[in-house]
Amino acid sequence: MHKEKIKVIVSKVGLDGHDRGAKVVASLLKEAGMEVVYLGMYQSPEGIIKAAIDEDADVIGVSYLSGEHLVYTPKIVEAIRSNGLDDVLLVVGGSFPPEDIPLMKEMGVDEVFRGGSLTKTIIDYITSSVREKNH
Amino acid sequence: MLKKRLSSPSEMVERLLAGDRRAAARMITLVEDGAEASNSLMKLVYPHSGRSVVIGITGSGGSGKSSLINHLVRKFREQEKRVGVVAVDPSSPFTGGALLGDRIRFQAHSMDDGVYIRSMGSRGYLGGLARATRDVVRIMEAMGNDVIIVETLGAGQDEVDVIHVAQTCLLVLSPGMGDDIQAMKAGIMEIADLIVLNKADLDGANFCLRSLEATIHYGLEESEDGWKPRVIPTVAAGARSEDVQGIDELVEAIEAHQSYLHESRTIEEVQAKRIEQELGLVFKDELQKVIFRGLRGTGKKRKYIQAILAGRTNPYSVVEDVLRAFLKV
Amino acid sequence: MLQKNPEQPSFMFQEPTDGSAPVQNLSGFEIKPEYGPEDLAGFDVEADLGRPGGYPYVRGAHRTMYRGRPWTIRQLGSLGPPQEANKRIRQLVDMGATGISLCLDMPTIMGRDSDDPLCEGEVGSCGGVAIDSIQDMRELLAEIPLDEISVNFVSNSQSSIILAMFCAVAEERGVSRDKLTGTMQNDILKEYEAQKSYYFPPRPSLRLTMDTIAFCAENLPRFNPISISGYHIASAGATPIQELAFTLANGFTYVEEGIKVGLDVDIFAPRLSFFFKVHNDFFENVAKFRAARRIWARMMREKYGAKDPRSWRFRVHTQTSGSSLTAQQPENNIIRTTIQALSAVLAGTQSLHTNSFNEALSIPTPRSEKLALRTQQIIAFESGAAGTADPLAGSYYVESLTNRMEAECLKYLKTIEDLGGVIQAIENGFFQREISEAAFRYQQSVEKKERIIVGVNAFTDEDEDEDTDIELRENDSEFEQQKVAALKEFKRNRDQVLVESHMDRITQICQGQANIMPSLISAVKAGVTLGEAIAAMRRVFGQYQEEAIF
Repeated sequence: MHKEKIKVIVSKVGLDGHDRGAKVVASLLKEAGMEVVYLGMYQSPEGIIKAAIDEDADVIGVSYLSGEHLVYTPKIVEAIRSNGLDDVLLVVGGSFPPEDIPLMKEMGVDEVFRGGSLTKTIIDYITSSVREKNH
Repeated sequence: MLKKRLSSPSEMVERLLAGDRRAAARMITLVEDGAEASNSLMKLVYPHSGRSVVIGITGSGGSGKSSLINHLVRKFREQEKRVGVVAVDPSSPFTGGALLGDRIRFQAHSMDDGVYIRSMGSRGYLGGLARATRDVVRIMEAMGNDVIIVETLGAGQDEVDVIHVAQTCLLVLSPGMGDDIQAMKAGIMEIADLIVLNKADLDGANFCLRSLEATIHYGLEESEDGWKPRVIPTVAAGARSEDVQGIDELVEAIEAHQSYLHESRTIEEVQAKRIEQELGLVFKDELQKVIFRGLRGTGKKRKYIQAILAGRTNPYSVVEDVLRAFLKV
Repeated sequence: MLQKNPEQPSFMFQEPTDGSAPVQNLSGFEIKPEYGPEDLAGFDVEADLGRPGGYPYVRGAHRTMYRGRPWTIRQLGSLGPPQEANKRIRQLVDMGATGISLCLDMPTIMGRDSDDPLCEGEVGSCGGVAIDSIQDMRELLAEIPLDEISVNFVSNSQSSIILAMFCAVAEERGVSRDKLTGTMQNDILKEYEAQKSYYFPPRPSLRLTMDTIAFCAENLPRFNPISISGYHIASAGATPIQELAFTLANGFTYVEEGIKVGLDVDIFAPRLSFFFKVHNDFFENVAKFRAARRIWARMMREKYGAKDPRSWRFRVHTQTSGSSLTAQQPENNIIRTTIQALSAVLAGTQSLHTNSFNEALSIPTPRSEKLALRTQQIIAFESGAAGTADPLAGSYYVESLTNRMEAECLKYLKTIEDLGGVIQAIENGFFQREISEAAFRYQQSVEKKERIIVGVNAFTDEDEDEDTDIELRENDSEFEQQKVAALKEFKRNRDQVLVESHMDRITQICQGQANIMPSLISAVKAGVTLGEAIAAMRRVFGQYQEEAIF
């Protein structure tokens, strides 16, 4: 079934306070016509999932810039699964060693966007993936 | 998995009444989108609405609305009431997208299961809310929330739609922003049941307070239900709880207004007027939907537009023709 | 047949033009195809330029510049476990670093101890050292001569406690306070504007800052208590002109606060130091530094009435731009860092940190660190760039760019003043808005290919498997457990009653006006941890929450 707007949660998790990337992506997704719920810094995996449920989000986007991606990704994926949100897309962006990218995908992340990724790539991915999931 | 398997409206409403958050969230999306199922859903939801306290909060961006809402949520939770919050943010008129950054301000309640927060883009609707806000409020009522707080867009001047949705309307001002004057000019003050002067610790607050009280005392008419608006000074932003002021008084004032509504006899007239207004809006919406749906695929809409552009006819005649065909009038 | 690739900007196949297509630098200034004497009409060489080491210091903070003393090669060197950080410090010193910067792990940055449940998974993160107690400080500084090696603590909101631990350890080792050399970043204003690792609201935080500055002015004359930073502001998205203006605005705010609390400006101003970023635009960087020196000198003398020439002198540490490093084709970063480092040297920096090329992927490895260090050494000894002071002086381009930077900066300073000053502007979201908008514009310019980033939006590699050859540092996954256990042990061996009474004393001092430092020093000696000290302060100051400003 076709939804009017794609709803995206953009969040940071844990103690990291570098929010430049998250804010820029949030703004660019808005420019692409999406409704972006920006959660900001210091969120917990449970908090992110609760927001995703209440806001009926199609996508959860997490920004990692301080090496915490392998610590928090399993927790976020676990929270997604235990709340039955398997149809919600999980995408991740930021800075990580290249070998951690396949690792995160194995953990359950749908797509990983390294720093330097052009927004068009992110937007196209989200649009086509959400469309797929809704049909 | 709700998205893949479409439940019937009655199944969804059943789940909603049972407290299924995902069902509620999904239903809200459907009514926001004006999906075909939304009418069926709302018919089933309607009987379960009308029992909650609905508070509307309007006021410009820098006035501290969000801090106030945070405190109100806290107070109602202390009273063991379940609270729903609807926060509306403007959608871009060009791209249709929206940056919904209100949730971040309600951090303190983000893990509380007794609080349900939903962000909405205005989606081009003017008046300070989204078109579907009233329906969303009803869904939140049916969910089991005792209090619903609706936060409008924030410009403070065109925010009149909130009176159609909320029972108790708060206008939040702060000293020195000039919006008290603006508000008076725009007539927004007339719709407010309670005027909150936030940041009452700032310079000029006393002067502001006195002039607001004077305006009410001398100038402002009583609102349609006979209630005389009150001004309440608050200091909502404080790093420590000792710094926060006026919240208890505000809650008392809200409760006073609510009691007034239930005790006074003009309440029924007001309610009747509200229903009449709502009928008008729903008729408008539905008629538009029916007519455009009827024209879809016939190519007539395009033909009409081209004919108007070519000067062969005009919008008024087109509407007359279409209505005559539809309504056999 | 060699074809023009439409995807790539090309020098080879491009038709020559008349060069009139507009070009803008990072600050948004239009750059002319050439500059000449007409661009410097009215320029007063004596008054506007002066000589190196002389008012208004445009040409450099010191008379002889690098001929007299080379810039400090100050590399960031820490690791999670204090003992490992200690080893890394000594390694860097052996390799030729003359100063060290230590950064803190995320829990410490956020004012929490390693055993705090919120910090699970983040102890020792990002190569920052985990400091919970004085014991960690002892291990961190083991065998480092505190009167010879200048240690820079990249600490901000927790600076008062870090300083207290530093002083306590120095005392234990018998090094007198007047000999201690070092620096603390300790710049709280930029936290609200950019880095966001604040705890308390702005005014109580400023009070703590002034306490540390006053304490150092009186007791640690060789210690720089503050490094007023533009780096983080730039990293959050600010353009070079914004970095310049916001950093100086913050600097002047600290000066005003110092005067307000009754300090003689010449007592503390000589020890105020700065920290800039050097991003890709070579000449814009140089102009930024030169403009900074001139504005600072003039304001300090004329507006704040400083009489000591050392108060007029703008001294700066520089770091090459982390945000310019790409994950794509990481070796390109070596070239970027080299160009940026050269720019910093020609700009007259007092100390310099060069990034390692693999930092867009992870924290540096010993090999990549060595390369970063060698970059500075090659510039110092082989390039000739250090042979004379301010070599770009007199260039039509650089002098006009410096003038332009100064003029735009003064406009910003006036705007901030009109808003009621830096704190008011922070509360209004002024800086955050400017910075978010600049970040957004920058990203758009990259997306539209108005700004080319090699390897990212041009000259990309279709298959980037070669990147996985880059060596990365392994994470020490057992450290967190060990640290938490060590902390529990440490707490067991304390006099708990004494600890509580020290925490109460801290709370008491926060309620009053006295300088917090003496009570903090006694507290850390008694074993009060960093998290506990912050908690004691939080009782009085509360926790600050900002709104998301786009």
